[in-house]
Amino acid sequence: MKRYTIFVITENFIGILNRITIIFTRRGINIDALTASESRLEGIHRITIEVTASEDTVIQLVNQIEKIIDVIKAFYHEDESVVYQEIALYKIPVSRLDAGLEKIIRQHNAKIIAAEPDFVVLELSGHKEQTQELLEILKGYGLLEFARSGRVAVAKRMLTIDSFVK
Amino acid sequence: MKDSMIRGADIVVRSLIAENAEIIFGYPGGAIMPVYDALHDYHDQLRHVLTRHEQGAIHAAQGYARVSGKVGVCIATSGPGATNLITGLADAQIDSTPLVCITGQVASHLLGTDAFQETDVVGISMPGTKWNIQVRRVEDIAPAIAKGFYIAKSGRPGPVLIDITKDAQTNFGDFNYEPCLGFRSYRTHIPIEKSAIQEAAFLINMAKRPYVLFGQGVVLGGAETELKAFLEKSGIPAACTLLGSGALSEDHPNYVGKLGMHGNYAPNMLTNQCDILIAVGMRFDDRVTGDLKRYAKQAKVIHLELDPAEINKNVKCEVAVLGSCKDSLALLTAAVNKNTYPDWMAKFKELSDQEKATVIDPDLTPTKPGLTMGEVIHQVNKYKADDAILVTDVGQHQMISWRYFNYKKPRTQVTSGGLGTMGFALPAALGAQMYDFSRQVICVVGDGGIQMTIQELGTIMQTKAPVKIVLLNNNFLGMVRQWQQMFFDKRYSFTELDNPDFIKIAEAYNIQAQKVSVRDDLQEAIEDMLIHDGPYFLEVVVEKEDNVFPMIATGCSVEEVRLS
Ligand SMILES: Cc1ncc(C[n+]2csc(CCOP(=O)(O)OP(=O)(O)O)c2C)c(N)n1
Repeated sequence: MKRYTIFVITENFIGILNRITIIFTRRGINIDALTASESRLEGIHRITIEVTASEDTVIQLVNQIEKIIDVIKAFYHEDESVVYQEIALYKIPVSRLDAGLEKIIRQHNAKIIAAEPDFVVLELSGHKEQTQELLEILKGYGLLEFARSGRVAVAKRMLTIDSFVK
Repeated sequence: MKDSMIRGADIVVRSLIAENAEIIFGYPGGAIMPVYDALHDYHDQLRHVLTRHEQGAIHAAQGYARVSGKVGVCIATSGPGATNLITGLADAQIDSTPLVCITGQVASHLLGTDAFQETDVVGISMPGTKWNIQVRRVEDIAPAIAKGFYIAKSGRPGPVLIDITKDAQTNFGDFNYEPCLGFRSYRTHIPIEKSAIQEAAFLINMAKRPYVLFGQGVVLGGAETELKAFLEKSGIPAACTLLGSGALSEDHPNYVGKLGMHGNYAPNMLTNQCDILIAVGMRFDDRVTGDLKRYAKQAKVIHLELDPAEINKNVKCEVAVLGSCKDSLALLTAAVNKNTYPDWMAKFKELSDQEKATVIDPDLTPTKPGLTMGEVIHQVNKYKADDAILVTDVGQHQMISWRYFNYKKPRTQVTSGGLGTMGFALPAALGAQMYDFSRQVICVVGDGGIQMTIQELGTIMQTKAPVKIVLLNNNFLGMVRQWQQMFFDKRYSFTELDNPDFIKIAEAYNIQAQKVSVRDDLQEAIEDMLIHDGPYFLEVVVEKEDNVFPMIATGCSVEEVRLS
């Protein structure tokens, strides 16, 4: 079992996400994270799925995803061959914001992106290990709320989606 | 409004006609009524068959598609009408049958409000369709139908569902039909890689005991001639899957029998003795392979397959030849040496003789008093036409019919293979017969399965489709009873049936019927049935507790196939 990133390039068709996730559900495979967005090309969507599985399984998943009529291309990468980031938001009570916490924020390269009378919101982008580390620390500072996005990723390989969209 | 504009419902019907649909099977209801209204105007161009249940409609469309090679079409209303199609969709999906199913849907302003007979049929049918779509605007109807037909029949065929809201059916729009010729996210033609052919030919030319397994892909790809040419040049023995039957005449010298749980002895045993296994248009279903860990481990596998998702799915292959087997078989035939394998062939013969003595002879020419299913099929073989179509339901009679029916022509095998849907046979036989009244369509069904869709006798009565129905009555859910006997200490839990008088039922539907319980009457009854002009119902009372052998029990390896 390893962590893989699956990229899916699709037409913007209602229900496509459903069709893709069914393939995982059928085999009882958990999706660790999923993000969907419009691609650089109009009308073409890009879905990034993070999954922990064996390579054999991932190959079969990718083949079955690619079989979906409105999927243009699907492929997978190991962590080493993608550049990826996740974004995490942390909500902390203002009362806990002191010099010690500000130092932690600086050390982790986090940013304060909102300051309200009662709370501040910190943002950190990075790999899960990094955002998780900060999460553990902030639990000691009365953390009110935490949210982390799925992975956004690009492949290291020099291949663009234009080559699939003819 | 322009004069040229027509109702969405008329667009539906004219689109079907533009796709050369000749016949559709369906059942009306509120949300599809505009389409039914339109059908009234076009009944000289598009025949509609009213089944007695939507499941009957879709299985009939499947039967029609399987024998014709065309897209089967069925229509139903929203809600319960649409959900009654689900079993057929799942069946067509797993057996790669091209279908276009059109369902009515509540008006678009009611979507999502739990309106009367609203069901999220696009959501429900998603895993059981190759593609589906909801159409809410009249201008999207014709393009959706065009795309639907293209998707259903191209590549690896499958079912498509098009859900059309009632307002789209009643609104007016322009009609100029443009057939779909392809689109960017869906590629149907895979050019054959020459290097794969070379690698495959290299392995085959070195082989001592090569072995071909063929499946329905040969039929779907129309590659029967190419398969025959390949076998005749290469000299390789060939066995078929359940749905591959008919792709090669059983009289062909290279034909060695059937694979899988109730297939033949030699083809299963020798799967674990070949050195090169050439799989053509088949997907290594678990009913074919038995325990995968002990399946053909000694062999190098060459897989000729159109669907990339099938490669290495169940069995790892040495060489994958992607693309239509019609193309790849032709190329492979050119690349292999002419050869014969007399010793290897003799092994098949030797094991086949064992099966004949211990299983086949007692089945076909029994000496015990009770009738066997096998002898019924044996008599059918004597009188049937070469191109007779056999439609079977699911259970013991299905396996026995498959084992003993003498398949000679392509597209003569219609059965629910992947899904194993009881209730499939009667409506599927009707659909097959609607394609061609001059062909013999023989529907073999069990006393359990026939009662799942027995109402379609009404459709047979109304259409006068001359289907020959052979009910093999063992007063049991026979296949389940066999498993209870073999694996559950003969605890017959809820498998015995108190049956109605089937002859009276058939006669109530105005179908000529006859019941046979003794051997002496069998031959004549079959003859009578096959020469009868019109539908016929023959009930044969067979031995209650006969079992189907050979058998590979679940979890066993192909070489653990049992003869008793
Ligand atoms: C819709 C459906 N329900 C249940 C089954 C499970 N099943 C497989 S074979 C069988 C028994 C079939 O009995 P019958 O139709 O009498 O045929 P026989 O096996 O006796 O020839 C059953 C219940 C099935 N295949 N399909």
